Amino acid sequence: MEFVDTLINVLNSTIRLTVPLLLACLAGLYSERSGVFDIGLEGKMLAGAFAGAAAAAVFASAWIGLLVAILVSIGMSLVHGFASITHRGNQIVSGVAINFIAAGSTVILGQAWFQQGGRTPSLPPEARFGEIKLPGADALRDVPIIGHVYSGLLSGHSLLTYLAFLAVPFTWWVLFRTRFGLRLRAVGENPAAVDTAGISVAWLRYRAIICTGVLTGLAGCYMALAQNAGFVKDMTAGRGYIALAALIFAKWKPVPAMFACLLFGFLDALSIRLQGTPLPLIGKVPVQLMQALPYVLTVILLAGFIGKAIPPRAGGVPYVKER
Amino acid sequence: MSTPYAKLPAWADYGLIPLINLLVAFAVAGLVVLLVGENPFRAAVILVEGAFGSGQGIAYTLFYATNFIFTGLAVAVAFHCGLFNIGGEGQAYIAGLGVAAVALTFDSTLPWWVIFPLAIIASALVGALWALIPAYLQAKRGSHIVITTIMFNFIAASVMVYMLVNVLKPVGAMAPQTRQFLEGAQLPKLGWLLTELGMKVRPSVPLNISFVLALVMAFLVWVLIWRTKLGYEIRTMGFSPKAARYAGISESRIIIVTMLISGALAGMMAINPLMGDQHNVPLDFVGGAGFVGIAVALMGRSHPAGIVPAAILFGMLYQGGAELAFEMPNISRDMIVIIQGLVILFAGALENMFRPTIQGIFATLSPKSVGVVAAKGERA
Repeated sequence: MEFVDTLINVLNSTIRLTVPLLLACLAGLYSERSGVFDIGLEGKMLAGAFAGAAAAAVFASAWIGLLVAILVSIGMSLVHGFASITHRGNQIVSGVAINFIAAGSTVILGQAWFQQGGRTPSLPPEARFGEIKLPGADALRDVPIIGHVYSGLLSGHSLLTYLAFLAVPFTWWVLFRTRFGLRLRAVGENPAAVDTAGISVAWLRYRAIICTGVLTGLAGCYMALAQNAGFVKDMTAGRGYIALAALIFAKWKPVPAMFACLLFGFLDALSIRLQGTPLPLIGKVPVQLMQALPYVLTVILLAGFIGKAIPPRAGGVPYVKER
Repeated sequence: MSTPYAKLPAWADYGLIPLINLLVAFAVAGLVVLLVGENPFRAAVILVEGAFGSGQGIAYTLFYATNFIFTGLAVAVAFHCGLFNIGGEGQAYIAGLGVAAVALTFDSTLPWWVIFPLAIIASALVGALWALIPAYLQAKRGSHIVITTIMFNFIAASVMVYMLVNVLKPVGAMAPQTRQFLEGAQLPKLGWLLTELGMKVRPSVPLNISFVLALVMAFLVWVLIWRTKLGYEIRTMGFSPKAARYAGISESRIIIVTMLISGALAGMMAINPLMGDQHNVPLDFVGGAGFVGIAVALMGRSHPAGIVPAAILFGMLYQGGAELAFEMPNISRDMIVIIQGLVILFAGALENMFRPTIQGIFATLSPKSVGVVAAKGERA
């Protein structure tokens, strides 16, 4: 039974570590499918986390925190859009800029407003997204396997966790079953064709990056209001880039994106779990190897050794109407 | 083909527009200072005084600038080829291993003037090697170099933690860093230069001979890009890969060679803090200099003559920012990260935001020039 408990434990923390990756990854999916590369996921998440934590601390309400996180994240997205869609600037340069602006301003504003060295005040339970117990979780706790899985793994997460996993089929439905999704994908492959059909390329891309803003806001909010109780300097710690890696790994598709994020979340959970414990057969695995594994896997994938990752065709290219 | 942007006189193109972009970036940064509740003008005065007000300040400013010249050149060389090397941070970090290998092996036997060139070669080699894999993948397999270099930054960080904790840390030591370098691997300081000029400088000031190396590299990059066949090929590739292919230039060779040079330049940055100041290899010694290089290259318009002043400006922000943090506790060094971001945004991504307006002004001032442009509007 001990093995099952350990497994459930690791899988449980896998889910917790996956959520911010998944939300950010889906966020990137909307943007990149519409032809706007987004290196700035990290910065938007960070800004969302800070804004969410700050607002939740001031108003003592998780919902206001969520709202502000999403608004600020959308704001950052719009800056990216203004530079890369309206002014046809380099999307990568713009994304890099967003990351630095977010990294610096969250600390400066946090220090100025709360005087805690860039942190926000620790949030009381009512200003956070607490754990939700699914119905019957307690009753089923002692049933072997099924009960363990239900009460130990599926129950007891925050609202945002369930939202994140629901966002996967929803994103699939939006992208592949709605008119908006069809156009969004089209604008990422062949904007000229979309333009010829009389649809505004710029407005479509703006709508896509607003979706990105909403989802990165949720991701940041999850980190600050559910996973932790407040904002800490540089709390996203490269997750935006891992999400980007997962997006490539998933070849820009929503359901594979979920599995890629789960894989990277699992690696993360495992590296925390295995710190210092030797594995059978392999011996002691350095923690750093586990931490680097998502990046190494992505590079190998990019090299085309595990199937080829082909990005949306018009990705990274600003659309010029008149040629 | 219609040109979105008509041609401006060179001084406006290379002087006025970058200046306006820079001023806007600093104006927005000033707004942030205002938001924090401090006076932006007073902050600017403290900053400039902290950086240039004393010999000590100047020495530190130039010390930081040395790092940024290397990383700025690294980014710029790649830009000329149309490549975006975000991996300067990782290339410089991993090059610490090259410096460590040379310094730890020879520091008890050889004098500094033998170890210095060896360290240059070793760090450049390791930095170049770290850039080689992303370059190869871009050239041969078409994987996007931005993504691979970002991934390599993280991989470099993991490798360095592993190496410092498990391999290079002396037995019994607590801190994850190498042992102190002996005298042979400590570079001579340049503080005396400022003393000669009549300024008061403590001998401990970290400005060292790698500043000269940085200036030499800036000159060599200029020679390379504008005075050699290879540089011509690199620029052709950057302007139009199609034209390069048509001219018989091997695309993959140029990508790989450019990235090797870029990685080597980033790698040399490791010498400055390690052999010039710290005299060991600690964790995180790059401290974001690789990323500052992006802002420096964009601000300097990828030209060494622009990169050196841009690097000194960022050196000023680093040194003056430290002074500023004393005077205004609300403004820590993270303010520089914001400024860096704003400079990248306005000098990079929004480079062309003010161009139509300025062109409009030029057009009203001398309508004749616009007519000429319309006639030969094929440029862009």
